[in-house]
Amino acid sequence: MTHADNRPAHLAHHFTDVEQQKDSAKLGMWLFLLTEVLLFGGLFAAYAIYRSTHIDMFYNAHKFLDVRLGALNTFVLIFSSVTMALAIRSVQLGDRRKALVNLGITLVCAGIFLVVKYFEYSHKFHMGQLPGKFYTFNGIAGSNPHIFFSIYFMMTGLHGIHVLGGIGTIGWMMVRTAKGEFSADYYTPLELTGLYWHLVDIIWIFLFPLLYLIG
Amino acid sequence: MNSESKSHAPHIVPLTTYLAIGSALFVLTAITVWVAHIPLGGWNVVVALFIAGIKATLVALVFMHLLYDKKMYLVIFVSAIVILSIFIMLTMFDVNERGTINAAEAGPINSQSDMYKGRVVDTLAAEHGEAAEAHQPDSVKAVAKPDSSKK
Repeated sequence: MTHADNRPAHLAHHFTDVEQQKDSAKLGMWLFLLTEVLLFGGLFAAYAIYRSTHIDMFYNAHKFLDVRLGALNTFVLIFSSVTMALAIRSVQLGDRRKALVNLGITLVCAGIFLVVKYFEYSHKFHMGQLPGKFYTFNGIAGSNPHIFFSIYFMMTGLHGIHVLGGIGTIGWMMVRTAKGEFSADYYTPLELTGLYWHLVDIIWIFLFPLLYLIG
Repeated sequence: MNSESKSHAPHIVPLTTYLAIGSALFVLTAITVWVAHIPLGGWNVVVALFIAGIKATLVALVFMHLLYDKKMYLVIFVSAIVILSIFIMLTMFDVNERGTINAAEAGPINSQSDMYKGRVVDTLAAEHGEAAEAHQPDSVKAVAKPDSSKK
């Protein structure tokens, strides 16, 4: 069997077959997600340390986060995860138009998330609830409340950057879907984008109770 | 074999499964907000993390297809979480038990670091009965030291 025949256009020449190409891509993506978990892990460790040494301050400081906005963002992000999964399902079923609609909804949700975040951030900037030496707010009982906001801004900021990256990637996937590059036979990039987006959702699922709902 | 035939035709998750998992995630979010208002002391964080753990598991198993895909991906993801848990647990043992042998080690390693400039540094030392010089009953403000640039 020569090597040029029967090869679909999306199969790169260094792979034996479509299956191997897809498995390699997914394996690589999962390894990347592993590094992502560890990247955020450092911040979760910092959170655990400072919460354990500043129990009362964390409790007092968290009251200055708006639970309603945090919960709204949680709903928005979970909803976008559902539509992301549905987009991939549509491509699996060969319905590109539906996939585009679902990706569009996902993109809009990511936008809403960042807009809500913008209002939260600008309120904190206004109040002087800023990290480290930029902290000028008075009125949180407990020592070193600026530490809470250092951790808050680092964790939600890094997460926000990931949402921004997700917007770029989802937009790119929409373009490729619209161009007709994906079909029921080949949609690996879309699937990997989905994996990334769900991980961003999972991280927020932990950030929300840890930052907004300190009991 | 089994995984062979499965990977050949990708598993298509029924629409109802996605919608059911989505609704479950919404309900769990509502529960976690509600339960945070019930004072449980130290158990609040345990309950919150438990619910978040369930939600994350649902997302990973169904939305990320770990339930249907090659088990290799599940192994990778779970090992990341296990490694992270070990890392955080050992760190917490260290941070919280340092002071039991030598009380002086309980406080911040460098209390003169930029992070603490112009602010009260007390908690850790105070917790271990090592009243630091700044240990006023940290009533309201975390201001302190006269040299801090206050307007």
